[in-house]
Amino acid sequence: AAHGVLHLGRPATADEVAAWDIDVRPDGLGLPAGQGTVAQGETIFAEQCASCHGDFGEGAGRWPVLAGGQDTLTRERPVKTIGSYWPYLSTVYDYVRRAMPFGNARSLSDDDVYALTAYVLYLNDIVTDEDFELSKDNFSQARLPNEDNFIEDDRKSEPGMADKTEPCMSNCMAEPAGVSMRAAVLDVTPDADNED
Amino acid sequence: MTSTSIIDSALQRSRRSFLKSGLAGGAALMAGSAAARAAGDPLITEIQDWNRYPGDGVDAAPYGQPSQFEAEVVRRDVPWLTADPISSINFTPLHELDGIITPNGLCFERHHGGKAVIAPADHRIIINGMVDTPLVFTMEDLKRFPRENRIYFLECAANSGMEWRGAQLNGCQFTHGMVHCVMYTGVPLRYLLAEAGVKPGGSWLLAEGADASAMTRSIPMDKALDDCLVAFKMNGEALRPEQGYPVRLVVPGWEGNMWVKWLRRLEVGDAPWAQREETSKYTDLMPDGKARRHTFLMDVKSVITSPSPQAPVTHGKGPLVITGLAWSGGGRISRVDVTIDGGRNWRTARIDGPSLPKALHRFYLEIDWDGSEMFLQSRAIDEDGYVQPTKDALRAVRGVNSIYHNNGIQTWQVRTDGMVENVEIS
Repeated sequence: AAHGVLHLGRPATADEVAAWDIDVRPDGLGLPAGQGTVAQGETIFAEQCASCHGDFGEGAGRWPVLAGGQDTLTRERPVKTIGSYWPYLSTVYDYVRRAMPFGNARSLSDDDVYALTAYVLYLNDIVTDEDFELSKDNFSQARLPNEDNFIEDDRKSEPGMADKTEPCMSNCMAEPAGVSMRAAVLDVTPDADNED
Repeated sequence: MTSTSIIDSALQRSRRSFLKSGLAGGAALMAGSAAARAAGDPLITEIQDWNRYPGDGVDAAPYGQPSQFEAEVVRRDVPWLTADPISSINFTPLHELDGIITPNGLCFERHHGGKAVIAPADHRIIINGMVDTPLVFTMEDLKRFPRENRIYFLECAANSGMEWRGAQLNGCQFTHGMVHCVMYTGVPLRYLLAEAGVKPGGSWLLAEGADASAMTRSIPMDKALDDCLVAFKMNGEALRPEQGYPVRLVVPGWEGNMWVKWLRRLEVGDAPWAQREETSKYTDLMPDGKARRHTFLMDVKSVITSPSPQAPVTHGKGPLVITGLAWSGGGRISRVDVTIDGGRNWRTARIDGPSLPKALHRFYLEIDWDGSEMFLQSRAIDEDGYVQPTKDALRAVRGVNSIYHNNGIQTWQVRTDGMVENVEIS
């Protein structure tokens, strides 16, 4: 079919688009049909996820923590989890479906992912009923606690960024420089969440 | 007078004195040659193997490798940074490199699902969403579009991220080595989008990779139509597998995470997708508990690559070349200042080589080192007038938990013995 300017490529079929377009937006666009309960999710989680993320999403070893950490974002060492930090539940569904389990991505069914998403809500005390069923229909009613705490990039309003005056070139400090910190300790491990 | 003009005028003087001395000087050298044979550097006075025996022929290395004596010039990783080496990072050996182009085999790697291996004949790119005609392209199709060649830096948003709380890793490879700069050959992204026909209201683009993490990022359509490339060559040859072979997205000046490798899908939409890599990751936590999202731009930054902890001064006092890199996601670097006394006094360094927008710039300051302790820093200024901040200035606004976008000024302490350490000063 004629398309574009150079007429390169060919029209994609509906099946081709459906096979690759699995993304889900915060407004629910892209959610597939399906459903799953907390209890079903707990079973799948135990088999597929707990070896890395722990039975309760607490994280095994250096693997990511999925639950907890509420009210730690202003602390010295924040614990950023789905419950404490992530803004949207759609991201949980989308990311688990596209990239988890680590090492065996795209192996879960749409219903499996609904069930796991419901279980993650349960692990984070956002739902408390083991019979709670998450589906395409009620998905957008579930909100994560930290949704309102994201702001658009406002770096250019920082004092240092806004100030474009010529910087000092000579006699900029009264006292000679003194060392306040050294990279002497090489075995300091950053927080698991600070890893990338 | 700048350091290079000092050298140039000295060379002119010596050339003049050579011409004046004429044949007399040549005769004196010949007369002294017999006596000189009695002593001297055996590397000169004795015939070396490489001067006697032939080396490898032209059939020995169909694809050449660096000299065996450069075996230390390699990417390095820090195992304790991540839970596993598959979703992890390694570092470009900036301290050993010069100029502005990073050799392909030394460009740092950052994968989230390991290095995908894809035969070009098996690769497809789909454009879908708010377009007139969803399309499929093969690599063969892609190579029939008009091409551009552009040199850009790619910096990981987390470059220098381990240094937010203070001096931690000892070497610019580790503190600043999540950056590389190569010449990309590719197709402007807007040409591909024009083939599919972006519908009115199509204001965001989702880019997706074909790897096991199916990496996704939302990109504003204005940027997609401006200078993004769909690239299949780097420094003249095919992309390296670890850099997205056969095809990657190039998003000039913006954080490396958005440069989706193994690019397989572009979706047009009317809102961002809030993917994992733009919510859980690549958002910047502030001291009040709020977090910035969509912090795309990489701000003006620089680092002295030598001397540095992995490149100590071993030659003693006298002429010393201080060199480093500067870059800005906002455009060209207009100036780099260097201090040897921890910021009390600054001298403007010399930028040498191409000065290209959103590319690495190479700077030099030639000094006469008197052997005393130095606190080296560099401070870049870009063409928009943005001045690279100190780390303390950044922390005053952002605290220490934002992980990403640390473009603070780096300090190296050069001790009297020439050894160099990553320090913070006050």
